[in-house]
Amino acid sequence: MDKFTELTAIAAPMPTENIDTDQIIPARFLKTIQRTGLGKSAFAAQRYDADGNEKPDFVLNQDPYRHAEILITYDNLGCGSSREHAPWALLDFGIRCVIAPSFADIFFNNCFKNGILPIPLPRQICDELMDDARQGSNSRLTVDLERQVIVRPNGETIPFEVDPFRRHMLLEGLDDIGQTMAHDAEISSFEHRPARAWVPSITIGTVK
Amino acid sequence: MPVTNSSRTLFDKIWDDHVVERLEDGTCILYIDRHLVHEVTSPQAFEGLRLSGRRVRRPDATVAVVDHNVPTSDRSKPIEEPQSRLQIETLEKNVAEFGIPYFPLRSASQGIVHVVGPEQGISLPGMTIVCGDSHTSTHGALGSLAFGIGTSEVEHVLATQTILQKPAKNMRVSVEGKVGPGVTAKDIMLAIIGRIGTAGGTGHVIEFAGSAIRDLDMAGRMTLCNMSIEAGARAGLVAPDETTFAYVKGRPFAPKDEAFEQACEYWRSLASDEGAYFDTEVTLAAEEIIPSVTWGTSPQDVLPIDGSVPSPSDVADPARAAQIQRALDYMGLEAGQKIAGTPVDVVFIGSCTNSRLEDLRAAADVVRGRHVAEGVRAMIVPGSGLVKHAAEGEGLDKVFLDAGFEWREAGCSMCLGMNPDRLTPGQRCASTSNRNFEGRQGPEGRTHLCSPAMAAAAAVTGRLCDVRELVKETV
Ligand code: SF4
Repeated sequence: MDKFTELTAIAAPMPTENIDTDQIIPARFLKTIQRTGLGKSAFAAQRYDADGNEKPDFVLNQDPYRHAEILITYDNLGCGSSREHAPWALLDFGIRCVIAPSFADIFFNNCFKNGILPIPLPRQICDELMDDARQGSNSRLTVDLERQVIVRPNGETIPFEVDPFRRHMLLEGLDDIGQTMAHDAEISSFEHRPARAWVPSITIGTVK
Repeated sequence: MPVTNSSRTLFDKIWDDHVVERLEDGTCILYIDRHLVHEVTSPQAFEGLRLSGRRVRRPDATVAVVDHNVPTSDRSKPIEEPQSRLQIETLEKNVAEFGIPYFPLRSASQGIVHVVGPEQGISLPGMTIVCGDSHTSTHGALGSLAFGIGTSEVEHVLATQTILQKPAKNMRVSVEGKVGPGVTAKDIMLAIIGRIGTAGGTGHVIEFAGSAIRDLDMAGRMTLCNMSIEAGARAGLVAPDETTFAYVKGRPFAPKDEAFEQACEYWRSLASDEGAYFDTEVTLAAEEIIPSVTWGTSPQDVLPIDGSVPSPSDVADPARAAQIQRALDYMGLEAGQKIAGTPVDVVFIGSCTNSRLEDLRAAADVVRGRHVAEGVRAMIVPGSGLVKHAAEGEGLDKVFLDAGFEWREAGCSMCLGMNPDRLTPGQRCASTSNRNFEGRQGPEGRTHLCSPAMAAAAAVTGRLCDVRELVKETV
């Protein structure tokens, strides 16, 4: 996973609530067995017409936002399906940071696991950042994870919260599994607890 | 949290019993009893294991099934769509390589993962259960802590049999009283989502309680917990009781004899203690709930069947007004129109929300002696091969076929536009599934969520209508 330290980038404003993961990546694109290549299908229904042509009024089809690396939305971003294809599609498009007043739980988690930083900020601040984003290509936002601040084009800084463990993993580009495997002894001793006889093993021959 | 006593909720108890270790910042390594795997969200996880040379820690606690991609027509033919076939073949290769028990497409027990788990006794009360699918919350009906995870977490569970998580907040939704005739678990859940909204449960696990919930059979409780995610919650739970034990007893993978008795004793101890602390409490009166449908493109866009579609001018927030307008345009509805009477093109009875035997019986009760309205395509997709078989044993297939319904093989089918069963642009569907998002059932398809009885009523009248009026006629 790529590290996330500091990002200075164009932000795309999407002033919509409840952007669900079916919108971020429709089901018909979930047939892939890879993590990459989904960027061109991100937001497909809003981005392309029935013939596959770009719809000019959709923000990610407009300059400079087709180069956006930050996405700003309204409440409950990423609700619905748990599909990790949603953050994969965003990442493949180029998005490394998503900002919204609130996020759906699974999507929020999935972002961190893919090196995307989700930042919850009050709606009013999201509105201000969207106004910045609308100023066009010179109006970049800087997201500094080390200092936990967003720097606006006017130099103003906006602090944000992030879970210390998640922050550490992102800054170092670490993978959770390796970390957990370091606790192998504790997991093994948990597995040998008595009184779990009612959790039977499922063996291959028994499933038909 | 202002916990001043040692009283614990059902969620707290299951959680505490599965914490392997609490890390410095409060994140827990939580042990997972059952990991269910399907073809869509697992290929990249197995690939990750291979790349890092890791193995599956507990193949004997893992079960795989194919459901999302499978055609629900003739199973003797090969799968036509090459990408769907590749995804299924990839799963088969992975389960063989890592030694994971698997229900293949040709199995008589194959079906939707959230129908198969409880039906087989693979999912049991008191367990922690995960699956790379948000509707894993369904299994919470048994009184297990069950939640959906992403593919990176699937890989994490495969490798370590644990997950990293912080405890959720506790929410209790109580539904007290008795529901009226024609009102089902689906209507209760739609009413709850309509009340708290699609983000109302964010960060919480919802325990469903109250006399109306206790009165539900297991199928109804599964419908309820299934849609917890539509209320934004991480999971839904119902305390295990005698209804639960009667359901679990004798299932293929459930404990037997003495082990079962011991298990029941433990399961009984899981109910929330008197005075346990809930961060959020919501109460609904069962009598006030009437058969409901959704009008818009979010599950919170719920209307009682006698209601009218909202208007953007009803709300002050311009963003919300714009959203209502967009939903109206997408759904092809006029602000202020009555929802009843809206003509439908397709009726879909199926999905992990409402495809169990009890759901099919409820639909058949409405359909019996009637016929699908002219021009309507109506389909029944049982949740599993076993449900299909049992329904045929009761002659339900005949009721549906005689009435002009399609009677199909088990799978996710038209719940999501991923297999051959899809809406075409502009088609309007009364659906027993759980999501009415734009394009969910096929690009530009229009979804109205409702109960199996309401969907059946729409099929025979050709319109969204109040099932109670049909049932009244037959009484
Ligand atoms: S039936 Fe629908 S909601 Fe359920 S698992 Fe399948 S696709 Fe997901």
